[in-house]
Amino acid sequence: MLTFTIRRLILAIPTLLFISFIIFLIVKLSPSDPTAGLPLTIPPEVREQIRESLGVNDPVFVQYFKWLKLMMWDEPLHLIWVEDGWLYRFEDYLYAREICPHPPHLTQLERTDLFPDGDYNSCIFDEYGPRIISYQTRSPVMELILQRMPQTLWVVGTSYIVGILIALPLGIISAYRQYSWFDQLGTFVSMIGFSVPTFFTGVLFIVIFAVNLGWFPSVYDTTLEVTDWETFKQQFRQMIMPVMVLGLFNASQISRYMRASMLDNLNQDYVRTARAKGLSESVVVLVHVLRNSMIPVVTVIALNVPAVFGGAIITEQVFKVNGIGQLLIIAIQAGDVPVVQTVSFIFAVLIVLFNLLADILYGVLDPRIRYD
Amino acid sequence: MKRTSILLGAAAAMAMSPLAAWADGHLARGGSGHLNIIYWQAPSTLNPYLSGGTKEVESASLVLESLGRFDDTGTLVPWLAADIPTVENGGVSEDLTQIIWTLQEGITWSDGTPLTAADAVFTWEYCTHPEGGCAQASYFDGVESIVAVDDLTIEITFNAPTPFPYTALVGAESPIIQAAQFADCLGARAPECTEANFGPIGTGPFVVTEFRPNDVIEFAANDSYRVPDQPHFATVTFKGGGDATAAARSVLETGEFDYAWNLQIDPTILSQMEAQGNGTVVTAFGTSVERLHLNQTNPDPALGDLRSTVEGGPHPFLTDPIVGQAMSMAIDRALIVEIGYGAGGQPTCNVLPAPEAYASTANDGCLVQDIAGANALLDEAGHVDTDGDGIREYNGVPMTVLYQTSTNAVRQDTQALVKQWWEEIGIGSELRNIDASVFFGGDPASPDTFQKFYADVEMYTNNFAGVDPQAYMANWRCSDIPGPDTQWQGANIQRFCAEEYDALVDEMAQTADLAERGRLAMAMNDMIMQSYSIIPLVHRGGVSAHANTLGGVRMSDWDTELWNIAEWHRIP
Repeated sequence: MLTFTIRRLILAIPTLLFISFIIFLIVKLSPSDPTAGLPLTIPPEVREQIRESLGVNDPVFVQYFKWLKLMMWDEPLHLIWVEDGWLYRFEDYLYAREICPHPPHLTQLERTDLFPDGDYNSCIFDEYGPRIISYQTRSPVMELILQRMPQTLWVVGTSYIVGILIALPLGIISAYRQYSWFDQLGTFVSMIGFSVPTFFTGVLFIVIFAVNLGWFPSVYDTTLEVTDWETFKQQFRQMIMPVMVLGLFNASQISRYMRASMLDNLNQDYVRTARAKGLSESVVVLVHVLRNSMIPVVTVIALNVPAVFGGAIITEQVFKVNGIGQLLIIAIQAGDVPVVQTVSFIFAVLIVLFNLLADILYGVLDPRIRYD
Repeated sequence: MKRTSILLGAAAAMAMSPLAAWADGHLARGGSGHLNIIYWQAPSTLNPYLSGGTKEVESASLVLESLGRFDDTGTLVPWLAADIPTVENGGVSEDLTQIIWTLQEGITWSDGTPLTAADAVFTWEYCTHPEGGCAQASYFDGVESIVAVDDLTIEITFNAPTPFPYTALVGAESPIIQAAQFADCLGARAPECTEANFGPIGTGPFVVTEFRPNDVIEFAANDSYRVPDQPHFATVTFKGGGDATAAARSVLETGEFDYAWNLQIDPTILSQMEAQGNGTVVTAFGTSVERLHLNQTNPDPALGDLRSTVEGGPHPFLTDPIVGQAMSMAIDRALIVEIGYGAGGQPTCNVLPAPEAYASTANDGCLVQDIAGANALLDEAGHVDTDGDGIREYNGVPMTVLYQTSTNAVRQDTQALVKQWWEEIGIGSELRNIDASVFFGGDPASPDTFQKFYADVEMYTNNFAGVDPQAYMANWRCSDIPGPDTQWQGANIQRFCAEEYDALVDEMAQTADLAERGRLAMAMNDMIMQSYSIIPLVHRGGVSAHANTLGGVRMSDWDTELWNIAEWHRIP
């Protein structure tokens, strides 16, 4: 198993390099221009200067290798710093070593209070090495991604868990009581969840629950920090709609896999044997059949986890969640190559890793499968 | 009678509300509490010099200010300056090459340090640094030097007589930034100063407390703002994201937000939302005109690299004003406005529809659709349908045009309408739409940009910032025609060229008298209109909405919409 994992990890390197290059080519060769969104009142020679200052006019290969070096070497250095066997976040390290006069992630107001002379600019961490800079914001791409992670994980992650929690019992009962009214209803609901797009259900939910009933907010507040019961309730209210919209979609997909897999196993000989031994129905279904049926379902669940980090482009837009999905779509529209490239590459890494994880889990769950 | 009493009632309510607000402290600094603004395109940075997009300029205007600004009537009013320099008051030199601004005394940055003329000089150096890629560099065009005579006096010298000197450091697009904060951020280092770009220190009514790029900005009232009781709001949330419809909904239907910007949505939907009674839709008209450009050069693909260039030769029929005139007469502009623009548009016959002093009335005949007249015009000129296919021939060439624009629901509706009207006068058209980021993207390698104009007719909106049309009218000089030699840069998109026109452009650049400038601008507008190389359709305004509990909004399209946000207040 260990050799298998190591071999797969090593194989992943050329795969990822290839993927990153293809993404880069697709993004670069698509006719997009970072100055296209600017008002027409900005004259062409100024646009040309902007493009020049962004480095858009460099040869494509130069741009790719610059990005690759930043991604593989400089960015990891900014995220983690190793000293004396300890791992630090780089900015924390600078502060701890008194290289940087203020703790990281202060708001501007806090900084002005601490450093009334305006001294806080002396710690621009970009001085400690180059970073991948977004065309739109002219700030490090990794900081943008880190900033968006919380809301994406909260909303999309919760919806995934909710989806699984709905899907598993739905799939099990639907299969056990095949063609019953419950099964018919479950099939109907999951067909709707699967085939109605989220931009429709999302807006429908907003019109019903935000406009007409006024129960939930239609705009997600990303600055909300959960500190007490009141803010928790607020967070809960603003998460309900996006989580349910996405959860319905996830549940429909997984419940179909669960049902199909259960049906496959329910007719097997070992089930008859278990029943013949006099085991109770709950033990037969929930221990014997369920365990075997979970093998393909777990794989499907694991393979979809990277999508959680990828955010949900449409749902995030509809509810103004402004997570990774919104970051990506805005960057695509604005021709912001560094952001598109970096975000897509991180997805690629996650997909490769979770594919590997799914394969390993497969081996753990099914003793018949051995990789060595 | 009833209408009068409603109006009187409304006027009385308007007059009373500040008093009522005053009574319970809503007009004290911070007395109005919290303000929620939604811009469905989220700001990417708060340094307008690094972005140039409207969303960045407008959000930064809460913090950064300039010497003078345009109010909602388009009048230049002093802002950081004590007054507006003119030739009469001696602030502008007789030879029009120098302007001297004096700052108001006692203005401080939000960190307590004084604003000085050195900050203005630094701003100029910052934006004109050759490696900086400053998006507002055109505001400093023609500026030879900016010198701080003393702490409060700024002397701007131009390298040629400049009849309209109110560009550098005037208006929301070129505000003054703090020298101390941006000192290390010149040129190529500009993007490294993330903290400064995301949290500029300003003189404006608000300070940034948190900035999340492309997401949300939190502002708080600036304690050292120069007007004692302003801003009336204590804190502001400036949320971005979603789309125009959702933004309108959050103000007019759910009431979660107080102000929503740029609501170019189906007018019927917008008025339905407004009818719910939570908020009011406001519009302001600047200089934006949705127009058709008629290619004066030949876009025939058979010409290869020479298509749509002056070298490729003139267009087979669109250079004839009779054809353009017929195409213009066939269009019902009022219907286009009704279907696509609602309150946000007015039919227009001028490419320069505003300000008042520059708006010509010579072409207003186009406001009425006249299909019969257009047919008669073409018949008279002898351009008739000779082969019976319903399409006229112009010297043997069938009058069929390729009509392109950017992908946008309203534009595609307009295209369909215009196609139908042109069919009625025997002009065929093939419609095409191109993604906006490609169409407006300046990629010289792409065949689909509006500058390359590989089509017969194209439609989009253009405008000019501020109130002076000199630079805008200079767009249609012969020398500004895009072509391969200039990497397809140049603003003369329809490839119009007339010596008399160029002469008028040169004359305007030498004329300071406002009335005379007005006459010249109108003459240029009329010359373009009568060449029918541009067919104006709709004078477009900005459309926003505010909650009925938000007072003090004076919507403007001449500067940022938020220009007087310090005066906004809560109506209890």
